[in-house]
This record gives sequence, structure tokens and C-alpha cells, in this order.
Amino acid sequence: MEFLLEPLEYEFFRHALLAAFMIGASSGLIGVYVVLRGMSYVGHGLSHAAIGGAIVGITLNLNFYTGACAMGLLAALIINKITKNNKIKLDAAIGIVTTAMFALGVAIVSKMRNFKQNFEAVLFGNILGITGEDLMIIGLVTCITLITMFFSYRALLFSTFDSEAAQVSGIKTAPVQLLFSLLLTLSVIASLNVVGVTMVAATLIAPAVTARMLTDSFSKMIIYSMFLGAITGVTGMYLSYILNVPSGTTIVLFSALVFSLSLLIKPARSLKKRLSLP
Amino acid sequence: MPATFPSDPQVHHAVKLTGVTAGYEHNIVFDNLSLEIAAGQFVGIVGPTASGKTTLLKIILGLHSAHAGKVQLHDSTPANKVKPGAIGYVPQLGSVDWNFPVTVAEVITMGLYTNGRIWPWLSGQEHARVRDLAHRLNIDNCLQHHISDISGGQRQRAFLARALINNPKLLILDEPTSGVDIKTQHEVLHLLSDINREGISIILTTHDLNAVASHLPWIICFNRGIVAQGRPRDIFTNEIMTRTYGGDIVIVKYQGHLLIANSTPLNFNGDNQ
Repeated sequence: MEFLLEPLEYEFFRHALLAAFMIGASSGLIGVYVVLRGMSYVGHGLSHAAIGGAIVGITLNLNFYTGACAMGLLAALIINKITKNNKIKLDAAIGIVTTAMFALGVAIVSKMRNFKQNFEAVLFGNILGITGEDLMIIGLVTCITLITMFFSYRALLFSTFDSEAAQVSGIKTAPVQLLFSLLLTLSVIASLNVVGVTMVAATLIAPAVTARMLTDSFSKMIIYSMFLGAITGVTGMYLSYILNVPSGTTIVLFSALVFSLSLLIKPARSLKKRLSLP
Repeated sequence: MPATFPSDPQVHHAVKLTGVTAGYEHNIVFDNLSLEIAAGQFVGIVGPTASGKTTLLKIILGLHSAHAGKVQLHDSTPANKVKPGAIGYVPQLGSVDWNFPVTVAEVITMGLYTNGRIWPWLSGQEHARVRDLAHRLNIDNCLQHHISDISGGQRQRAFLARALINNPKLLILDEPTSGVDIKTQHEVLHLLSDINREGISIILTTHDLNAVASHLPWIICFNRGIVAQGRPRDIFTNEIMTRTYGGDIVIVKYQGHLLIANSTPLNFNGDNQ
């Protein structure tokens, strides 16, 4: 037990643990819709756009989150707009929009030789890098995500499962999609310092696909995914401290391990289901 | 209390289209189409692939805008301003993602969105409504099953329950008989017939001419416009079928039933003779 309690003496670890718990739970929730809407690549793309925006913001003497947020939201709006008529598929739109924004950030870093900002934490996550400000932003984004998704549960589920029937039932599917894209962008940006740009996609997807292996019910999948996200976040953060490797990598590797275990459980569930069906 | 589907005796037209032109960008699917479907009717729309049946349904459902013309539902309400829940819609089951993690109960409760309730969980009244409807449609024993773990007929009834949960005045089904065996086709059409007798107007599209010939009271033959409409015995003639499908179709009357077949059978090698 001591190895669990000892790191809690440090304030930076308590911050990191709380951040990983909140990010894990909210990513687990939002990840269910990401996976079921076939948007698994979106988190990866938006994180790249956000980092491009963060670099632009820093060169303009703005806060890290201001630039990341502006560029991330802009990317989400542009992607939403250009995929609306179905001529350009989502994956293609993400590929061009977010990569272009990331490229802009890289170009600025290359041009400004005196650029001092260390982006290693943002790329791979760093438990030392989570400040009180980060924690506040993560808490705020988690609250907004949980509350919004709680009250739009019915509209989100219906429009994700059957968009046309949802429209016939009076759901404005385009605003629902836009709202979801904005929440996803905020979640991705809030996750950057905890898991890093390169790992965000996996933290969104892994808990959701693991939960899918464990249940056939949507409401249970949501609960399992949030729980798994929070647990893997906290465990990954401990592993990061113990093994002294970036937190993003330990969270993702532990999530992948849990997912692998769920693959072993799936055949047993299928057999049980076959036996219980009439 | 059993679920019932009250009708409105004051409504004369379930659907009224006047001079409607519709299509996609530069491709006009049908032009200047006028169509009236009386309240309480049970109508089947038949026609070849790409004849515009689905576009017609989407225009009625408000999912697609007409280039020109007027679409009215329930007499005077513009189609895109119909009260949510007034139309029940059952999509083609072929378009459903059967791996989506939802149980039969969760599918049915999706239809309750229009109640205006913001809480994710169901109220006691909503629970009772789901149970009653499931019991009536004979799917109450599989409410907690995943949608892929039930039979084709049960799947169709689960989506029908979702469409009926708000007591709609009009029920629209896109090819409800496709992808199911002949026994299930008959079950589904009998069930729809029972629902129609309670006053709900029903419009469906189908490719299964034999099933609609023996079950539906009114048929619209559609091929980028209305070719003909009327009772099956008046509609299923060689002349009308040839005009609708553009090929030779044989109609046989056997023991009071109409049997429709392609006039060019396959030989044992699988080639057209």
C-alpha cells in the first residue's frame, strides 16, 4: 500500500492524479460517441490542429490554451462545414484541415529559431507539467462535457444510431453534431498536457472499445467506458511515476492491456449469450 | 392497459403533394408530381430500383426539400413543420448498423425523444408504454436482447414499436418486407393491416409485388412519377406492370390470388432462355 500512498505526498502528483481521473472519465464518455459515429481519427486530428494553434498563440504572446482552443474550434467548425454535403468524407476533411494547422505550427517553430517553449510534455504528456491552471481548465471542461452530454443523452443516442429517423422525430441533427464536435475539441485540448498530442486518440477510443467488448447495451457501455477511462487514467499516472516515463505512454499502454484482456472475455460472453438465447 | 393508436376523424388527407419537383442537384427525379393519400389509407408504393420511391418518401418525411411545389401532411400542415411524433418512420433494415450496442428496449425508447423529457432515464409512464407496446407487438420477451440477437420479424417489430410509441397519425416504412422470409413478410403485413384498422395511415415502399398484391388495399405504381394507382386487381395488369417496370411481367390469377413473375424464366444453367 505504501507505494500507492507515497506519491500522494507530492502536490504535482495529486494534481496529475486528479487530472487523469477527470480526463479519463470525460474521454471515456465522449469516446463512446466518437467510436460509434466512426470518428476515431477526429481526436488525433484535432489534437494536431490544437498544437498548431498553441504555437501560433504563444508567438502572439497568448496563453497556451487560448491558441489551442481557437485553432481546435476553428478546425472542428471547418470540418463540420466541408463534410456537410457528403461530397468530402470525414477522414479526408480531418486529414487536410488538421494537418494544415499542425504544419502552420511547425513552420512557425522552424522560422523562429529563438522559440523557447518545450513541447515534449504536450507531445507525450508529463505528470510534472500539470499546473493548477491546467487542473482548473480540466475540471471546467469535464463539468461542461458531463452536464451537456447528460442532458443531450437521448438526442445524441438517437442521432448517432439513426440520423434520418432522429430528424423525423424532431431532433436537429446538424446542431447536435456541431455541439458534439465542440465538446470533443474542448476535451482533446484539456487532455493535451496529461496524455499528449500523440496519445489523445487512444485515450478517447480505448475505454469505449473495451466497454463495447463487455456489453451490448448502450447505457451500460457509457458507464463502463467512463469507469474504465478513469481507472486507466489513474493507473497510468501511477505507472508513469513508478517507471519514470511520460504519462501519456503509460495511460495508453495500460488501456491497451485492458482492451487485450477484454478480447479474452468476449468469447466467454458470446458462449454464455448463445446458451441463454431461446 | 393495452396500447392503442387513436386516429383523428377530422383529418381528410394524410399526404397531399401538389406540383412537386424533386431531385438531387441537376438530376430531377420527378417533376410536377401531385398525389393525394387520404387519412386512414394503407398504401404500397411499388416501382423499379432508382424510380424515385425513396426520394418520394424523403419528401413526405421532410428529410429532403422539394425544388418546387407544395407538400402538406394532415391537411394543411407544411411537411417540414409537422409536430414531432406525428409521423412514425421505419427505415430499411438493411441500413441499420446491427453491431451498434443497443438492446430492443433502447431502440424502442429512442422514439420517446419527442416527449420533451430531458432526463436520460425513463419515467414510470414511459416504462409502462414501452412494456405495453412490446407486449402488443409480441417482443416483450426480448426487450433486453441485443438487436442482432433477435429474428428478422422481431427486428422489424422493434423498429415498428419505436415508430408507434408516440401514437403517430401516419406511419411510413421503407421496404419493410425486404431481407425477411416469406412467413415474416406475411406476419409484418398482417400486423400493419391491424395497425391500419385502428386508424393510422400507412405508406410503404416495396419490391415484393406478390406480398402487396395479396395484403394491401391500394397500390401506387411509381417510376419517376405516378404510372397508375388503384386496387391491386386493377393495378396488377400486364400493361401497367410493363409501363412501370419496362419489361414483360406475367400476372397469373390462382385460387383468387394474384401471382406476379418475370416472363423470362431462367433455365437450369442459370441463363435467360
